[in-house]
Amino acid sequence: MSVKGKVFKYGNDVDTDVIIPARHLTSADPAHLASHCMEDIDNTFVSRVSAGDIMVAGSNFGCGSSREHAPIAIKASGISLVIAESFARIFYRNAINVGLPIMECPEASAAINDGDEVEADFDTGVITDITTGQKFTAKPFPEFIKKIIAAGGLVQYTGSKTEA
Amino acid sequence: MGMTMTQKILADHAGLSEVHAGDLIEAKLDKVLGNDVTTPPAIKTFEGMGAADVFDKDRVILVPDHFTPNKDIKSAELTKCMRCFAREHEISNYFELGQKGMGIEHVIIPDNGLILPGDAIIGADSHTCTYGALGAFATGVGSTDLACAMVSGSTWFKVPEAIKVVLTGKPGPYVTGKDIILHLIGMIGVDGALYKSLEFTGDGVKALSMDQRLTISNMAIECGGKNGIFPVDDITLEYIATTNIDRYTRGDFTAYEADPDAEYSQVIEIDLAAVPLTVALPHLPSNTKAAKDVKDMKIDQVVIGSCTNGREEDIRTAAELLKGKKIADGIRCIIIPGSQRVYRKALDEGWLAIFDDAGCVISTPTCGPCLGGHMGILAAGERCVSTTNRNFVGRMGHVESEVILSGVPVAVASAVMGRVATPDEI
Repeated sequence: MSVKGKVFKYGNDVDTDVIIPARHLTSADPAHLASHCMEDIDNTFVSRVSAGDIMVAGSNFGCGSSREHAPIAIKASGISLVIAESFARIFYRNAINVGLPIMECPEASAAINDGDEVEADFDTGVITDITTGQKFTAKPFPEFIKKIIAAGGLVQYTGSKTEA
Repeated sequence: MGMTMTQKILADHAGLSEVHAGDLIEAKLDKVLGNDVTTPPAIKTFEGMGAADVFDKDRVILVPDHFTPNKDIKSAELTKCMRCFAREHEISNYFELGQKGMGIEHVIIPDNGLILPGDAIIGADSHTCTYGALGAFATGVGSTDLACAMVSGSTWFKVPEAIKVVLTGKPGPYVTGKDIILHLIGMIGVDGALYKSLEFTGDGVKALSMDQRLTISNMAIECGGKNGIFPVDDITLEYIATTNIDRYTRGDFTAYEADPDAEYSQVIEIDLAAVPLTVALPHLPSNTKAAKDVKDMKIDQVVIGSCTNGREEDIRTAAELLKGKKIADGIRCIIIPGSQRVYRKALDEGWLAIFDDAGCVISTPTCGPCLGGHMGILAAGERCVSTTNRNFVGRMGHVESEVILSGVPVAVASAVMGRVATPDEI
């Protein structure tokens, strides 16, 4: 499976409070969350993002709160993939659980520019910056995460074990 | 090869004789926790899975604390959703507002004796790591993990490697656990312990009360840590003997110790005597400075409370320092005892009268302003010294407001002086 889209580039330590501020957490409706996604760091994001676009950021993406509303907001905004140098632990777990694709790739994180057209292949881990022609290879998912994804998410994974 | 304290707890909960950093394990959980923001989405998932009941009605803890007492209709609906679920599933550890034992989750859970040394808990709140202070394994997760754990009583973990933090000596006057953890975060950065355990050790540990340790473990997440754990000593045993006399008397807890040959990815030594009164300037907890070096920073508000600094020792310290003093003109000082028990203690000891005489606002226990929920939101251009745990952009209100993190003594001094100040000035 591969995705292709225009890049929204952000820096290091993008925290869950700027991804979705707590004042909007009185509802967990994905469309509501998407309508406020990134507003405290980039108030033009919501009006500019198109389905399939890709977010690229630096280290420690998603640090802070455990709110699963953060990956839900990003996914519901249309973002098809987040590439970062590294992810905060709880965000990493939540993203997989809600089915938001993420890739850790320091080289891609450093080289890709805001607005570039990027394509990424989840099976091979290859990230291509179509604008600059550069290619990068992301760390593959650990085996257990592949299993969760293959099951369709943590809910389905847990459900299949409960029935067993 | 030896194991760290965290690795030993995880191994036992996974039914394994040993584990190594990087292993993927499935561990049984002693407790599973959610709050009014994270539980409603978990309930939706729980019901969507067709789950009939929780794995154990006595091991699920549900706490309304973030937007409570409900700040608006939507938050009232969230709490109602959790309350109805708690009733339907006869959750014994649901803490309704005003009840004895209610308050901010990470204040009441240790205080109500729900976590003992050696326990393993996950909570859908990032500051669940607080309970590491008791020698337990505790870490934050999201709502889907909470939903699945409410069904199964277990979850998967990647066994973390650890950073050993060796504390030596005794802290100086007015230097608290908050200063120590801010100092550490300033040293290693907001991702300095990413995916790792922080294991605190050294003879400096005995100089730290349980409330100080809880503050330190609470903020392990602010440097990316999976958990932050303390060894079990006399202070721990004395604490659990009062919070859970039943389990304490039966010996129903385990004091784990790291093996002498346990491997650590890094060893950090901190001389507690050298830790200054510390603040974290906007907009990251790692942006630390000695409080004495930023005294020119004027402020509009002070918040004393939260899961980081709303415990009895914190509120007592605030009262002792504020006795006979006045909050500076034009400054709002909001005091939020972290639990009903702490609130009642403050009432019985006369601390509330001291706060009232000084010109403070006194609030019922709530997370409230810490996450920009309610009870003290900042306008554009306003600056707050706060004993809370995060100072991200917009955390306490407007995107152009600022939060400076500090311990209680610096917060009190700042409220009296109307700028960042140290307690020797008042």
